[in-house]
Order: sequence, then structure tokens, then C-alpha cells
Amino acid sequence: MPKDLVSIKDISKEETEAIIDIALSFKDVLRRDIKKVPALRGKTVVNLFFEPSTRTKTSFELAEKRLSLDVINFAVSSSSVVKGESLLDTVRTIESYGIDYLVIRHASSGVPHFIARQTRASVVNAGDGINEHPTQALLDAVTMQEKKGGVKGLEVAIVGDILHSRVARSNVDCLTKLGASVRLVGPPTLIPLSPPAGVKVFYDVDEGIRGADVVMMLRIQLERQGKSFFPSTKEFFKYWGLSAERLLLADKDALVMHPGPMNRGIEIASDVADCPQSVILEQVTNGIAVRMAVIYMLQG
Amino acid sequence: MDKRTHIINGRLIDPSQGIDGYGDLVIEDGKIAEMSIKGAETPRKKQSASVANTGGERIIDARGMLVIPGLVDMHTHLREPGFEYKETIKTGTMAGIRGGFTSLCPMPNTNPVNDNPTVAAFVIKKAMAEGYCSVFPIGAITKGQQGQELAEMGLMQEIGCVAYSDDGRPVMNSLVMRRALEYTKAFTFPLIAHCEDLSLSDDGVMNEGPISTHLGLKGVPAAAEEVMISRDIMLAKLTGGRLHIAHVSTRGSVELIRRAKSEGIPITAETCPHYFSITERAVLGFDTNAKVNPPLRTDVDLAAIKEGLKDGTIDVIATDHAPHHADEKILEFDLAPSGISGIETALALSLRLVAEGVLTINQLLEKMAFNPSRILGIERGTLKIGAVADVVIIDAEKEFIVNPDNFASKGKNTPFIGWTLKGVSSVVISKGRIYDIAEWKANG
Amino acid sequence: MNKELLNKQDIERILSRIAHEIIEKNKGPEKLCLVGIQRGGVHIAHRLATRIDTIEHVNVPVGSLDISLYRDDISRRKKLPIVRKTDIPFDISEKVIILVDDVLFTGRSIRAALDALMDFGRPAQIQLAVLIDRGHRELPIRADYVGKNIPTARSENIEVQLEEESAEEKVVLISGE
Repeated sequence: MPKDLVSIKDISKEETEAIIDIALSFKDVLRRDIKKVPALRGKTVVNLFFEPSTRTKTSFELAEKRLSLDVINFAVSSSSVVKGESLLDTVRTIESYGIDYLVIRHASSGVPHFIARQTRASVVNAGDGINEHPTQALLDAVTMQEKKGGVKGLEVAIVGDILHSRVARSNVDCLTKLGASVRLVGPPTLIPLSPPAGVKVFYDVDEGIRGADVVMMLRIQLERQGKSFFPSTKEFFKYWGLSAERLLLADKDALVMHPGPMNRGIEIASDVADCPQSVILEQVTNGIAVRMAVIYMLQG
Repeated sequence: MDKRTHIINGRLIDPSQGIDGYGDLVIEDGKIAEMSIKGAETPRKKQSASVANTGGERIIDARGMLVIPGLVDMHTHLREPGFEYKETIKTGTMAGIRGGFTSLCPMPNTNPVNDNPTVAAFVIKKAMAEGYCSVFPIGAITKGQQGQELAEMGLMQEIGCVAYSDDGRPVMNSLVMRRALEYTKAFTFPLIAHCEDLSLSDDGVMNEGPISTHLGLKGVPAAAEEVMISRDIMLAKLTGGRLHIAHVSTRGSVELIRRAKSEGIPITAETCPHYFSITERAVLGFDTNAKVNPPLRTDVDLAAIKEGLKDGTIDVIATDHAPHHADEKILEFDLAPSGISGIETALALSLRLVAEGVLTINQLLEKMAFNPSRILGIERGTLKIGAVADVVIIDAEKEFIVNPDNFASKGKNTPFIGWTLKGVSSVVISKGRIYDIAEWKANG
Repeated sequence: MNKELLNKQDIERILSRIAHEIIEKNKGPEKLCLVGIQRGGVHIAHRLATRIDTIEHVNVPVGSLDISLYRDDISRRKKLPIVRKTDIPFDISEKVIILVDDVLFTGRSIRAALDALMDFGRPAQIQLAVLIDRGHRELPIRADYVGKNIPTARSENIEVQLEEESAEEKVVLISGE
């Protein structure tokens, strides 16, 4: 395993499969009465979140505590960063506290890569700009592994704002590495003109999800409407939203996934979000197990 | 300064006179005094017969070297006034000399902007006092480079500005650009256009394409440059104004310029060494040293730039030397400023074009000395008798490894770190003043 | 150089004896449960349960325990860790747990197993059964039931091959360099 997990592209197929296996074992720990193991007792982790995030941050924090790490949450808005301290100085200051792991989320692509080069601590990318969200892709893979018995050969449709989605980017790499077939579905304004290699692009959502084993819906950021990516949320839902009727076009046992938080009625209908095929809440549980597995496996 | 200086045994190359042969050059009182070509072959023995060795004369033996007119950089950033922490006129001209340049044309995006005669006068005075070579400032087209009102281009010309540009930014308003181009007809200066449609480049930070997708960085499409070049060509055609297009980087741009020239529209264009040396792949790993505007493009564009240089579509190679402070480049990719500190690697990178057969050495010197002088209307880029003594002696075979710690420029931001290049300035003469570069290097 | 120390028949006889000893010491199989330590101890635990059932006609519950998350040498591991199954499908509180492993060496695995078990509940007693005790204890840990004591050098290694996983069933002494 490398020192850091900044990009899902950096880990091999074997390493990815190992993480998935270990994550499933960690799920066992999460079901026990005493949900804690002393594995990383005495190690310290700093959660450095430059972008606001409740769910990912909480998920990481729980994972870290379950492994008995000492957890520090570095609240950026109240720190010297606002006073004009550079990113590098912030990281160096934190490193001087003697930390083993750094979990970073930042609005600029490439920041975790940059920081990983500058620090001895193990860096975990919790989301950088529109670039990557490796642990999300891993937890999505774990979910598919659990529910479908394996990722290889699955037809996975990722639907929505692909252009700005780090979840989509990481998933494309992870899933193709594990042998799944990926479709990118959405309005032409929200799919890059140069899509990643090996995917099929669909502007027609009905064709895009026909027969799919997994339908992964992405969150539409409402600000994008103001920048001429689509004219209105009403039009978006009509042409690209996941309604109950549309879901029938997918495989009858297709999984409905969403990284959260959902905009009910904009990318996904409310009843679909709660239907029996939806594994959205399962994804959240798997998130903690995956983050435990990732931190456990990095050198630290 | 008053000593006669003999440069002997070098290969003299002067495209302005169609000269390429082995011989001697004599400089006196800051001017070219004599030139004698001995032949097409380098002499076997040291020619001492025709040189007077009396006291008061200096001899420079240029055996095995090229003796060329001092290079003219018509697109550079000296950052003074206002951004002295990045570069000053002193350090920038020193870097220029090391790079083989004896004339620099600094862009006006200083602080305050060089959009009036007072700031222009400051730049010229500072250059006279502290500069190592000639400085011909480029003034702004519009006040504050805001793209709204024309700057006092006439008054600035009298002070010494040779061209006008809002470089760093385009003139977005087409009507204002039209007026500016029309205005040039009353004078002799050209406008240098930074062609970029800001609404298309939006807040992109690298070329839009598979690599920007791979890195999750916002991309700038080639169209952002081409749309604007198209517009400026049309306006030049409409008005008959004098247009020079800065830092051409894409195939589409080269094609537009080629077609415009074939229709007889009198425009000129330049490119920079990075656009024919590296591509967007240099950004991989989020290397901010490869962040530049216009961004590095694809292999196809790189090939088209070389083709454009070869067939004369592109008239000039300028450096767009853009030094930044080290702290500014160790930042998130999105926040790092664009720019490459390129003046000290420009000649060596350009000599590769000669080695590859894209240009002859004569054509290269046209692009880097003669054409810029012609376009700007300055009396440089030539070894004619009576011309200002701006002469550079180059060891074109000497190798060096690019190490920004050795740069005279304050800007160490280069994506060419570690590259092995050939072509080192040995002696540079600016207005008759002699700089022994080899000695500088030895002394650190 | 490998030396076969025990063959299949030897192992069978040892396990029968241990099963009897467990029953005898605990005065019957009530309140007993067996927990095998991954990997070596799991199959042995199942075999002991089978024998106890044959003797006493009582079904003693069997569980498996992976100790990787409780080890004391995590920072020194070299390759990808493997976390195996921990499955203890019964309440261990108030029970007598027979912890089962194939080879007892430094005692650190047992220490980790004890910590892990404590996170599952509060057993009445924990006893330890091992197939081989090879000496070189680094902690004050001892087994209640020992199949065979085999003194070894530090550089040597003992390998227990069971037919559930290997072609041939035997216990082998591997000499170090």
C-alpha cells in the first residue's frame, strides 16, 4: 500500500479488493456491542476540512474513533487560514503537533496530492475540488460487492452532473478497474467533452439506464442553473431525473444509489429514494467501515 | 566603452544583411564599426595578422561560437513598478543578458499600470540607471487595462513606448478594440493583442481536454483563444490598423493567422518557447510551474506551432517571461498565478528547432532579433555598420542542465527543471558594454 | 531441513486426550464453549467439539476469533494485512471459554485473544488448549491443556498441517538458517 490515499488511480486492483474485504470485516465490528478495536491506539489523526461537510466528516470521525485513534478536528473557518496563513504553513504547523494521519477535504483539485508530498503523515483525500473522492468510490464498491456478490461484469449507470462530480470520477476509475462497465448519463452541458477512457456516454437517460444493474444518481447543485448548465430543475427532472417509472427500465433488481445529500424531486423522486431497491442508507454504514479499512491499511 | 573591441574567428550571422560566414567584427564607441567576412569555413589558424594588438584594444576570440545580433524580446514582464518582489528592472535585464537578449519590451501590467507618460518615464529612467540592456516599454491600450477608455498612446510614444497591449487581459469590448486599432493608423506603433475570450476561459486553469478531465481541473478550451483571434483579425481587416498577436498556442489560431495573411491582411504574430517544447502533460501531478496563460496545449497544437514558425505564419519567438515569487507557486493549483520564468531558457529551447530542422539558424535569428525590431520600429536586431553595438556571442554546442537556483531572474518558476539544453551565451555586448557571462557564472 | 514430529494418528490421539481432559477438569460439558483463534485454532476447536459430543452427547458451541486488530505489532507489519472472520454466535458472559490455538510460542497471540474476548462480554473463566507448546514465552501465559511439549530453538519454526487445509496431516519442525 502507498503511504497515502489521494487518488483512487494510485491503488491497484488487488489493493482495492483487499480494502473491500477488510471493510466487510470491519462491518462486523460495527455490529458488536463494543464497537471499538484497539488496532490504532495511540495514533493521532487530524481531520482538516476546508469545505463544509457534516456527513463525510462525521463518517471519518466515527471510523477513526472505532479504531481507537486520537481525533482532532481542525476547524478551518476559525483558524489562521482565515487570517491569511498559507496552506503549506497550516499543514506544517499541524505536522509539528506530531500526527500520523491527515484527512483532507478542500475545494481545489490537487491539494491532497500537494500536501502528501510535503508531509510524512499518511494523507487521506476526503474530496478535492471536482477531482476525486476515493473513499466514496470504495464504499460504493463495497455496497455493490455486498448486494450483488461482486463488481465484475456489472452495468453501472452514473447519472447527473458528471462534469463537476468527484464522486463520478473516482467511481469511473474504481469500477472499471474492478471489471464493471460504466455509463455516464446526463445533459450534454454536464458531461466533459473529453470523458475518461472506457465509458459509454448517454444524453438520453432512458437508454442510459436500460438494463443497468446499478443506477447511481448524483446531486445536482442548484447554483449550476444560474450558469446556464440547464434551464430549470423542472426540466432537469423531466429529462434526467429518476422517477419510479424510469427505474422500471433498469434491471428489476437494480440497486439505487446516491452519495448524498439528495435533492428529492430534482434528481431523484422521493418514492424512489425510499423504495426497497434503494441502498442509500447502506452506503452510509459502509462508509464508516471503508474509512476504517483505508486508515487501517495505510502506514500512518 | 571607447576601446575598440575585436571579435574574431566567430561565425557571423545577420539575417538583416543576409550574412552567414566566418569573420571578424569591430565595435567602437558603442556602435558596430567594421565587419569582415573571411569565408564560409572556419580558419584553421588564429588570425592575428589583421588585428592590431596595440594597447587600448580588446580582443575577443569567438572561435567555434556564433556571433549574432542581440536578441529582442518583444514580450516580457519586468514587474517594476509595484511587484518588485517578483522581479525588478535590474534583475530582469540581468536575466535577459544571460539569456542572450539585449533589448527587452516589458508589458504594462505593473502597479501602477503603465498607461500614462509618467509611469512610462519612470520605467525608462530606471532602465537607464540600473538596467543591463535596452528597455523599450510597452504601454497599455486602455486606462488601467480595464478595457474601457483608450490610454494616451501618443504621449507615451514620445516618451519611448514602442507598442501597446493590455496583456494579461484581452480588450473584451469589441468596439473599444476597433477604436484602438483605428487609432494606430495615426502613428507608427502596433497593438499587441492578448487574445482570450474571458467568458469562455471562465476560471479555467489548464487546457480543456482529456488531461483536465483526468486531473479534475477546470479547462480552457482552444476556442477561447481562437474566437478572439478571429475577432481581432476581422477588426484589423475592417480598420487597417496595426495588429500583432501575442503568444499563439493552438493549431486553430495558426490556421486563422495563415489564412488572414494569405488574404493580405497585414498582421504579425508571435509564439513562446513553451508552446513548441512541452504540452499539457507537463501539468500532471498538479505542477504549478506548468500553469501558464494561454495554457500548454496538445501534441497536435505543438506540431502546428512548429509548422507555423517554419512557413512564416508566426513571425516572432518572444519569451513572455513571467517571474513569480516562489511562495506564490507553492499554492493550490487553482490559486497559483500563471507564468513561466523563461528568459534564460528561451534561446536554448529555440535552438532545438534548428537542430530538428524546423528552422535554419538564420530564420531563428529573424524570429528572435530582426522581425521583432522591424515590427516595433526599433533600430536593433542587426549588425549593420553604424548600428548600436548589441552583439551576442553564443556557444551553441555547450550543454547545461536547467537549474533555477542559477537564474539571475528572481523568478524560479520553470517547468524545465533538470532538462539538458544546449546553447549558452558566452559574451553579451549591450550598447557597446561588454558582459562576460562565463565569468558571471563562475562567480555565482 | 524439515523433520516430521507428529503424524495424523498422533494428532488424533492427542485431540482425544485433550477432549477428555477438558471434560474431566470442568466436571462436564455444561457452560463450556470453544473459541478457536484464526487460523490454526479454528479447525482444532471444531474437532474438539465433535469429540466432546461423541463422549458426552452434548453440543458445545464453537466460535472463531481473528486477533489482527488486537495485535501489538501493527506498525511493524510489512505487507497487506488480512483480517479474517470473527464469529462468536453466542453470549460469552458467565461461560467457561476454552480458547484453542495450534501452537503456543511467545504468548502474544493469546494476550491479544484475551483482549478481544473481553470486548465481547465477561466470561466466568477462560482456559487455554494448544496442540503444541514450543516454549520461549515472552509474557506470563500458560496453557491448561497441552498436546505435546516440543522444545525448539528461536530460529526454528513449528508448522501444523491439518487435512482441512493441507494434503497431508502432520506437525513439522522447520529448522532455521
